[in-house]
Amino acid sequence: MELSSSILLTIALAPLAGCLFAGFLGKQIGRAGAHSITILGLLISCGLSFYVLYQIVFAGAPVYNHNIYIWFEIGKYTATVGFLIDHLTAMMMVVVTFVSLLVHVYTIGYMADDPGYQRFFSYISLFTFSMLMLVMSNNFLQLFFGWEAVGLVSYLLIGFWYKRPTAIFANLKAFLVNRVGDFGFLLGISAVLFFLGTLDYATAFAAAPTLVGKTLTLTQNIHWDAATVICILLFIGAMGKSAQVPLHVWLPDSMEGPTPISALIHAATMVTAGIFMVARMSPLYELSETALSVVLVIGATGALFTGLIGIVQNDIKRVVAYSTLSQLGYMTVALGVSAYAGAVYHLMTHAFFKALLFLGAGSVIIAMHHEQDMRYMGGLRKYMPITWITMWIGALALCGVPFFSGFYSKDAIIEAVQHSHRWGSGYAYFCVLIGAFVTATYTFRQMYMTFHGKERFRVEHHHHDAHAHGHDQGKDTHAHEHPLHADVHGPHAHAMTDDPAKHGGHGGHEPGVLEHAPKESPWVVTLPLILLAIPSLVVGWFTVKPMLYGGWFGSAIHVNESNDVLGEMAKEFDGWASAGLHGLTQIPFFLVLAAFIITTYIYLFNPSLAGKIKSALKPIWIILDRKFWVDEIYFAIFARGGVKLGRMFWKGGDAAVIDGVLIDGSASLIQRIAAGVRRVQSGYLYHYAFAMILGLILLLGGYWLVGH
Amino acid sequence: MITLSHYIVLGAILFCISVAGLFINRKNVIVLLMAIELMLLAVNINFVAFSRFNHDVAGQVFVFFILTVAAAESAIGLAILVLLFRNRSTVNVAEIDSMKG
Repeated sequence: MELSSSILLTIALAPLAGCLFAGFLGKQIGRAGAHSITILGLLISCGLSFYVLYQIVFAGAPVYNHNIYIWFEIGKYTATVGFLIDHLTAMMMVVVTFVSLLVHVYTIGYMADDPGYQRFFSYISLFTFSMLMLVMSNNFLQLFFGWEAVGLVSYLLIGFWYKRPTAIFANLKAFLVNRVGDFGFLLGISAVLFFLGTLDYATAFAAAPTLVGKTLTLTQNIHWDAATVICILLFIGAMGKSAQVPLHVWLPDSMEGPTPISALIHAATMVTAGIFMVARMSPLYELSETALSVVLVIGATGALFTGLIGIVQNDIKRVVAYSTLSQLGYMTVALGVSAYAGAVYHLMTHAFFKALLFLGAGSVIIAMHHEQDMRYMGGLRKYMPITWITMWIGALALCGVPFFSGFYSKDAIIEAVQHSHRWGSGYAYFCVLIGAFVTATYTFRQMYMTFHGKERFRVEHHHHDAHAHGHDQGKDTHAHEHPLHADVHGPHAHAMTDDPAKHGGHGGHEPGVLEHAPKESPWVVTLPLILLAIPSLVVGWFTVKPMLYGGWFGSAIHVNESNDVLGEMAKEFDGWASAGLHGLTQIPFFLVLAAFIITTYIYLFNPSLAGKIKSALKPIWIILDRKFWVDEIYFAIFARGGVKLGRMFWKGGDAAVIDGVLIDGSASLIQRIAAGVRRVQSGYLYHYAFAMILGLILLLGGYWLVGH
Repeated sequence: MITLSHYIVLGAILFCISVAGLFINRKNVIVLLMAIELMLLAVNINFVAFSRFNHDVAGQVFVFFILTVAAAESAIGLAILVLLFRNRSTVNVAEIDSMKG
């Protein structure tokens, strides 16, 4: 049975309706109204997405590909809004709406005292709508619309606490870095239109083989392969959105936003848009070995090196953020070896366990009264058992421990890289293998520092007025009465700095001192954790065979036979259980085990060792702590260069040429001419009369000359 | 025999005298008015001469118009001059430069 377009429209528009209600009528419907209506919208959307998935996967509905609205027409080109629903889209829809729904519920608890409550719900519903438009699109232009819309919401949400300078800096940075990517993306879309003459997926992919042999002529001697150009340009877009090296710098800073959106946008869904896009464009990417090698090398670099940075982070959210960067690198590596299904599969499992880790980190942050520095945590497991257990499930899934969902996807990627013969796959294999060790190291370190070991915070009860300006006020009962609430709230501002000494100056709050003992978060927070922990644990068991090895994606993903590494691996695959057992004997698992032993020894049994290692490896530590100086380099080259360029245009172009020559110059020229002309106006009649006569003579003389 | 050119030369001489009167005179506005009258007379002589030699009376009719207008003009000019003298107590051309830019 064919899917009905009204169902698909409802899926996309229900969150938009929720967004509009919560956004424009936020005051009227109040806090409860705002979260009820957006969650209702998401429930409808999520339920119908599951229905669509069921229809597509089990009831055998054919691929839905129809235009439902003509956006505009320019000449021959018609821009339409349409939906393409196949296995890939259906899976993405379920992931997006499911995680989004849980994040909505979680937000009720996390943002309980925030004055921007309705605004927040409005934004995340808008995000869900945009993301759905992105994944459901059947043409490049609508994809671009969704792409920009999610970027906009990301910008709005990173700067959600807009009174905080660090948040404004972070959202501007995210926006600017994404512009770089979007520039490439837009060029890529233009190249598609130029070479294939259409922006419709189905038509473009059908015409893709005609790209072979076509070149883009830049100069007489430079000819670029059309498919390579298109794919690399599109991938530049993916690099921006999916935070690939070297456009990764915005993602760690995006942690300035509230934790629920870090989970939803900057871990589970939006940042995977680039991965989704490349997988969707697989018919194009399969045409260019060069482009895939570029994808592979960039992904591998990100997978290893951003993971390394994660090891030295002390902010609980930042560790997860760098882990996200690293995992996005893994997905990109999978794309690079033509294991598109592997990338998308990892995207799905990652969405569950990374959202879980982020929301768990948020739960810890709530319990710690908005302290994010792990150096002031420790021993939290007995205060918050649900968060503890669910986060361990997420952590084990992230490390790729056999039988957890992350194992199936991550191990498949590592193995796929091993099977691949593409240029760069040796380097990539090295990166993803070491990356497995690195992932486990920072994950276990984070878990130990947060939940295990000695408690490194003190609980001191004091009177309210004694610390009326302390920022743990944010979660207090009388927070609403506080006029500077939004400012005072500032729960994350200080934690973004790496230097604990800086914390002291922030609102008179002493780090590591809590007003109440940490306690387990309310059910609206723990319920999403539990609901995400379940798929993080089990989703691999029944999806690995069809999705990875069963050609589940069908027509959505196209892989050339010679590149089909997953197909090769499928021959050796015999069920999830034996794959898990087999995984226990593989190198990646040994690396995880090694990381487990090392971190356990350091953080549980010999905490002083961490400091010793740090001072022993000081140069390396500095490199990692400074994040390879990428930010500094960008700042020196692009920010400073931009300022210099701007100054040059300002001083040279605007002040000198436009103001000096054109505006002031023309005025002073007129003035000078006028000063000369003034002298002629002597005021004596006979001078004027003389001029008249002279004019007459000239005129007559002129006639006389012409007459002859 | 007096030919057309004699008349034209006379007109030209008169005209040149009047122009010279305009330029050279630095003293008196009344002389300026007289020079303008002379200039008109020079033109009138040309009209009459051409009218006579072309056997066309229209030129002479025109002269009447010019004479009338010149009379009116000099009346107005003298009136202006009287006002000017009242206001500035001088008819010295060199001192009348209020139109200076």
